[in-house]
Amino acid sequence: MEAHAHHKETFITKYVFSTDHKMIAKQFLITGMIMGIIGVGMSLLFRLQLAWPDKEWPILEALLGKWGTDGIMDPNIYLALVTIHGTIMVFFVLTAGLSGTFSNLLIPLQIGARDMASGFINMLSYWFFFASSVVMVISLFVENGPASAGWTVYPPLSALPQAVPGSGMGMTLWLVSMSLFIVSSLLGALNYIVTVLNLRTKGMSMTRLPLTIWAFFVTAILGVLSFPVLFSAALLLIFDRSFGTSFYLSDILVAGELLSNQGGSPILYQHLFWFLGHPEVYIILLPALGISSEVISTNSRKPIFGYRAMVGSIMAIAFLSFIVWGHHMFVTGMNPFLGSVFTFTTLLIAIPSAVKAFNYITTLWKGNLQFTPGMMFSIGLVSTFITGGLTGLILGDSALDINVHDTYFVVAHFHIVMGLSAIFGLFAGVYHWFPKLFGRRMNKNLGFIHFWVTFIAAYGVFFPMHFLGMAGLPRRYYTNTAFPMFDDLADINVLVSYFAIIGGIAQVIFIYNFFYSALRGKKSEQNPWRSNTLEWTTPVEHIHGNWPGEIPEVHRWPYDYSKPGAEEDFVPQTVPMTEEEMASGH
Amino acid sequence: METLLVIVIALLAVAALTQAVRIFEISSQIKDSDSDVKVDDRDNNTQGWLMLLFLIFFFGAFAWMLWEYMELTLPQSASEHGKDVDNLWNISMGVIILAFLVTQPLLFGFAFRFRGNKNRKATYMEHNNKLELFWTGIPAVVLAGLILYGLTTWSNVMNPDNEQEPMVVEIYAKQFGWQARYAGGDNELGYANVRLVEGVNTLGVDANDEASANDIVTGELHLPKGRPVLFKFRSQDVIHSAYMPHFRMQMNCVPGTQTQFQITPSLTTAEMRQDPEIVAKVARVNELREARGEDPWEFDYVLLCNKICGSAHYNMQMKVVVQTEEEFDKWMKEQQTFAEMMAD
Ligand code: HEM
Ligand SMILES: [Cu+2]
Ligand SMILES: [Cu+2]
Repeated sequence: MEAHAHHKETFITKYVFSTDHKMIAKQFLITGMIMGIIGVGMSLLFRLQLAWPDKEWPILEALLGKWGTDGIMDPNIYLALVTIHGTIMVFFVLTAGLSGTFSNLLIPLQIGARDMASGFINMLSYWFFFASSVVMVISLFVENGPASAGWTVYPPLSALPQAVPGSGMGMTLWLVSMSLFIVSSLLGALNYIVTVLNLRTKGMSMTRLPLTIWAFFVTAILGVLSFPVLFSAALLLIFDRSFGTSFYLSDILVAGELLSNQGGSPILYQHLFWFLGHPEVYIILLPALGISSEVISTNSRKPIFGYRAMVGSIMAIAFLSFIVWGHHMFVTGMNPFLGSVFTFTTLLIAIPSAVKAFNYITTLWKGNLQFTPGMMFSIGLVSTFITGGLTGLILGDSALDINVHDTYFVVAHFHIVMGLSAIFGLFAGVYHWFPKLFGRRMNKNLGFIHFWVTFIAAYGVFFPMHFLGMAGLPRRYYTNTAFPMFDDLADINVLVSYFAIIGGIAQVIFIYNFFYSALRGKKSEQNPWRSNTLEWTTPVEHIHGNWPGEIPEVHRWPYDYSKPGAEEDFVPQTVPMTEEEMASGH
Repeated sequence: METLLVIVIALLAVAALTQAVRIFEISSQIKDSDSDVKVDDRDNNTQGWLMLLFLIFFFGAFAWMLWEYMELTLPQSASEHGKDVDNLWNISMGVIILAFLVTQPLLFGFAFRFRGNKNRKATYMEHNNKLELFWTGIPAVVLAGLILYGLTTWSNVMNPDNEQEPMVVEIYAKQFGWQARYAGGDNELGYANVRLVEGVNTLGVDANDEASANDIVTGELHLPKGRPVLFKFRSQDVIHSAYMPHFRMQMNCVPGTQTQFQITPSLTTAEMRQDPEIVAKVARVNELREARGEDPWEFDYVLLCNKICGSAHYNMQMKVVVQTEEEFDKWMKEQQTFAEMMAD
């Protein structure tokens, strides 16, 4: 390592094929932001269609070309937009963009390591992600359009180009892209696990890890255990599509053509997919929860309430997340007894989730709250985590799910609990660690405006969708005009689209603030939030190996804020314990 | 309603505009000053108050939505099991709304109450086992109740006890339409497979199977009130989902296999049309339709596709009619049997 630091760096090794975790974190962040702009942009396009189905939008013709002739969106491209929007938001923005950025940035810095266990594998992880993003974007431009079977790409729809045009070349590229993505995730996750286990500095026992690291660590384990299953699902789908096998196909007559496939089961795919798919929502959510734990504690100037309970509930959630996947399949005709089992395990998750919510709230209690933009977004996260989590109690109950499965009630639920919470966690992380990423500070006023407009617009978009679902409105409908019974829902759809547009515009503020501050923002001091964790003991200017001299030794847990007897309202982890502290054990 | 909407949007537009102006002002002044990046007590105060204001606005909006939107949601259940499902729904909703109404004020209230300032010192507090046990215990007890109730309901819905033999009806899905096949007098469906689809035999029924002769294939789903009906679902191409929201029923139609769901219709179409909520809904919808110059709508039950299946997924529907036994029997007699259809 030391020797490494003396290497001559060229532009290429520093900015492109970098093996430095801080640079790789920035690469993940910027790539994730670009994908995010594409993904959110798509949602605005289909919101135009849903709110004003008969209107001609020149912008649609400009952007969609032959799929938006005369400004009217083609039904197949509606499905494609929904599919790619979902794929991009779930995988590219909130898995790679969130975990990739903050696991990379914070794991070495917060555990006191000079870099990841393998810088080279870390670099590969980013470049696989990059390649995967490029392939996904290219798939938007193929002749018959991108994949359009929904982000879950259930066969037979995703297997048969005769069934939907997007299942041709578009779907092939989708599978290639996702395969690259899985490789990237696995390389990243293995690295995170090894690093956390082996490279902690002296004194950094597992029980002294910041909750961010616990969250990233457990997330990485989830990824390693579940992504390979998605890979096998994708592989079998590739075989069925290209080599005539029948894993998922049986007795099919499509577009007048009788297929020879026999004996396969489309339901098998769903089991494999959701075995990843459910843990995936926690792969998205846990890092956001970890980030907010850190941000809330620091800015409440108080220890996170119930550290052990927080770690315990992360592990409980992670464990349970592997035995609940069937709640996505209650209406596939699965054995009703199996449905009961999945209902039982699913509703159990509410307990550790409630513990986390209460612990956040109690952390605020009797605190001295500093409303930094990061703190605001973390509080927003707790709010959406509760609101969205509660409707999970409805959807996890098989007897109720038959009512609203695949309706807008579900769209409301998962956007609030996973989409919004994770996005807010991502924003909180960016605002909080921006000084670490770029050595500069972001403008707080723009941050406040960004928060409030985003927060209100986000609830404005997704809260009313519950009522659409309770009116029986199915999701993935190109228009709701084919059923008179949905005519009186048009107003809600218009309202939702207005909020979506407002929310979309608010992100311009963030992007401006981000780039302006990265280049010209005020230079940061070393420890701007008066925080305890190790990353703030490194110099503001990035150096290879993170600490100029010895790696500091750790003497205490990271949450000694406002400790009685201490001079300041924070005691960094590097400060040795006093005699009394030794005597009392902490 | 519409005026309210316009007002809300107008307010938001004004807010957005003023904010935009402010942004320009602020961005023109961005310079290396502490006051643009350091959060001070004034910020804590403003943001703390905004948290409180948000809570009030949030709950106000919630109440408004309940008031305005609840009437748009589905009317009473038109099936027997649906009544149990609705009970469970209402109780679960009650529980989660209560939790929502308790936790959000705690969150935003604490944010407001403990907004920071120079003179405050936070209380050092690591954990409190009693408190934690308390809020692990409460959800656990409530959940135990919900799970027990939920599982009982689920088991009653999925395994109805049959005093009366249910009438067997096949629901057949393909891109992008539905058909129904009644089992006829023997109450047994003839064997069918996509490989046998040919000409008018669009469901691929096996003419050599004796049970198929009196099967009846229709393009509309008629059901008698009060008689249990066992649906058998098939699909010919991709996965579809038979969704009959008024009956609280949904089941996927999966190519290569057969799924099933049993319901007992409890309200005829005529009766449902008298339901006050439906009367109000029809009036609302027809007002909108008239404004657009469209024909008035009369309420009917409907079967929708609820699994993404291709370009016309949004318009894959079949009319459902619930009748009295006599009306149903009469309608049934008018239909052609499979044997007659093939002979034509
Ligand atoms: C401006 C913000 C957003 C808006 C307006 C929006 C809106 C929508 C809408 C209307 C749908 C289609 C529902 C349907 O027809 O099934 C949808 C689907 C989806 N969205 Fe978003 N969304 C936004 C942000 C997000 C975020 C942050 C996530 C991250 C988790 C996300 C993930 C998804 C997923 C997974 C789907 C399902 C795609 C599918 O059905 O295949 N969205 N979104
Ligand atoms: Cu799940
Ligand atoms: Cu469909």
